Amino acid sequence: MTQIDYTRAAKYFLLADFFAGLKLGLRYFFNPKATLNYPHEKGPLSPRFRGEHVLRRYPNGEERCIACKLCEAICPAQAITIDAEPREDGSRRTTRYDIDMTKCIYCGFCQEACPVDAIVEGPNFEFATETREELFYDKEKLLANGDRWEAEIARNLELDAPYR
Amino acid sequence: MAEFFTTTYLGIGLTIVGQVFLIVIPLLVCLAFLMYADRKVWAAVQMRRGPNVVGIYGLLQSFADFIKYIVKEVVFPAGADRTVFLLAPMITLVLSLIAWAVIPFNEGWILSDINVAILYIFAISSLEVYGVIMGGWASNSKYPFLGSLRSAAQMISYEVSIGLIIIGVIISTGSMNLSDIVRAQDGAYGIFNWYWLPHLPMLFLFFVSALAETNRPPFDLPEAESELVAGYQVEYSSTPFLLFMIGELVAVVLMCALVSLLFFGGWLSPIPWLPDGFLWMFVKMLFVFFMFAMVKAITPRYRYDQLMRLGWKVFLPMSLGWVFFVAFAAKFQWFGGVFARWTVGG
Repeated sequence: MTQIDYTRAAKYFLLADFFAGLKLGLRYFFNPKATLNYPHEKGPLSPRFRGEHVLRRYPNGEERCIACKLCEAICPAQAITIDAEPREDGSRRTTRYDIDMTKCIYCGFCQEACPVDAIVEGPNFEFATETREELFYDKEKLLANGDRWEAEIARNLELDAPYR
Repeated sequence: MAEFFTTTYLGIGLTIVGQVFLIVIPLLVCLAFLMYADRKVWAAVQMRRGPNVVGIYGLLQSFADFIKYIVKEVVFPAGADRTVFLLAPMITLVLSLIAWAVIPFNEGWILSDINVAILYIFAISSLEVYGVIMGGWASNSKYPFLGSLRSAAQMISYEVSIGLIIIGVIISTGSMNLSDIVRAQDGAYGIFNWYWLPHLPMLFLFFVSALAETNRPPFDLPEAESELVAGYQVEYSSTPFLLFMIGELVAVVLMCALVSLLFFGGWLSPIPWLPDGFLWMFVKMLFVFFMFAMVKAITPRYRYDQLMRLGWKVFLPMSLGWVFFVAFAAKFQWFGGVFARWTVGG
């Protein structure tokens, strides 16, 4: 004859598990919400956050990139394409700097490789587009991004500097 | 003028149509907010915010959803039986709505005060399984078909125990008229006069059976999204899907109304010196609906064999035993006749 577990049977018929669940549910019911009102509220981002790429300028307006092509060389997804030739004043500058954002894996190697902090992954992550073509960024777009996010990026680089 | 509405056929017809609208329109408006409340409760237990964009605190979310549903395209699956495919959601909605004809909201606030009200509701809710079966079969697709098969077995199994539980209440009252059942719960002790106290085990059994009967979680096996995608609703879109959803929710609210009428004394006030009224009925239904929503949030879905075991091996013997117990308790007036309200003149 099998032994009857009376404690378990009593718990079963008195709906012990159900009431324990109800108690827990009610406690969570009055807990503060864990979610954010996303488009209106945003979570904190680390200074190291790797978002949309920007090309930065010096304070005098000169672009930083010297067309060393280290970023192009290190890019594991081969998303970066650079063409370069000397400018009239003799300085070496890019004539073309394209990033295919659909290929990019946001590893941050390009900004690590850059000797002049020209290409940086900024804090922006809301750059979804409706067409694929809009994600093929060219130099103009990247420089425009740089102008737009310069303040945040400068602060982030400064905050992160002690750890580099 | 009053004579016109009480004597001529046209007048009586117009009166009835007016009364029907008086029930159905507030019901459907309440439904929109109940759907919102359901989602909010679910979200709150999961520490989410739930709908909060459309209107103040998201109150108009259901209306936005309503517009979204009706402007979408109705998709007919290849090989579907179009007539039955469209008929199924209509049957679900109409059957869940006509049951409200016999629900008393207050003393005398009832569309059709018939003496077999409970039998009528029981019959209607048994028919509701047809909407699900027809929807699943007419879709000509495997998941809907499996979902509807499950649903048929589930709804029939739990109707058995619902029927037996109701018999206990009928024996106590000596009437199948819902208004009489509520009046029998009236007494000097307010809340302690209601049937939930003597019929306490049956209250829980009825609640759980009502969950199973209306395909609510944890018994939402007909639409188990993890295994059957959405069960019998897979192939439905747009307005037919909306009708299914409204029909289901109306059935849920009907079950809330039944729990309040059978066990919580309908429109009776819980405190003896406060006046009875529609507001109490409303508050009780809201409370039961809140419990429905909480159960959805806190319980994991039952496995199919567990569902059947619970229905046939636990609920059926328990409710059957209770019927015997109540029958004897009423006949010999045990416990001061609490199981025989007709003897104390209730």
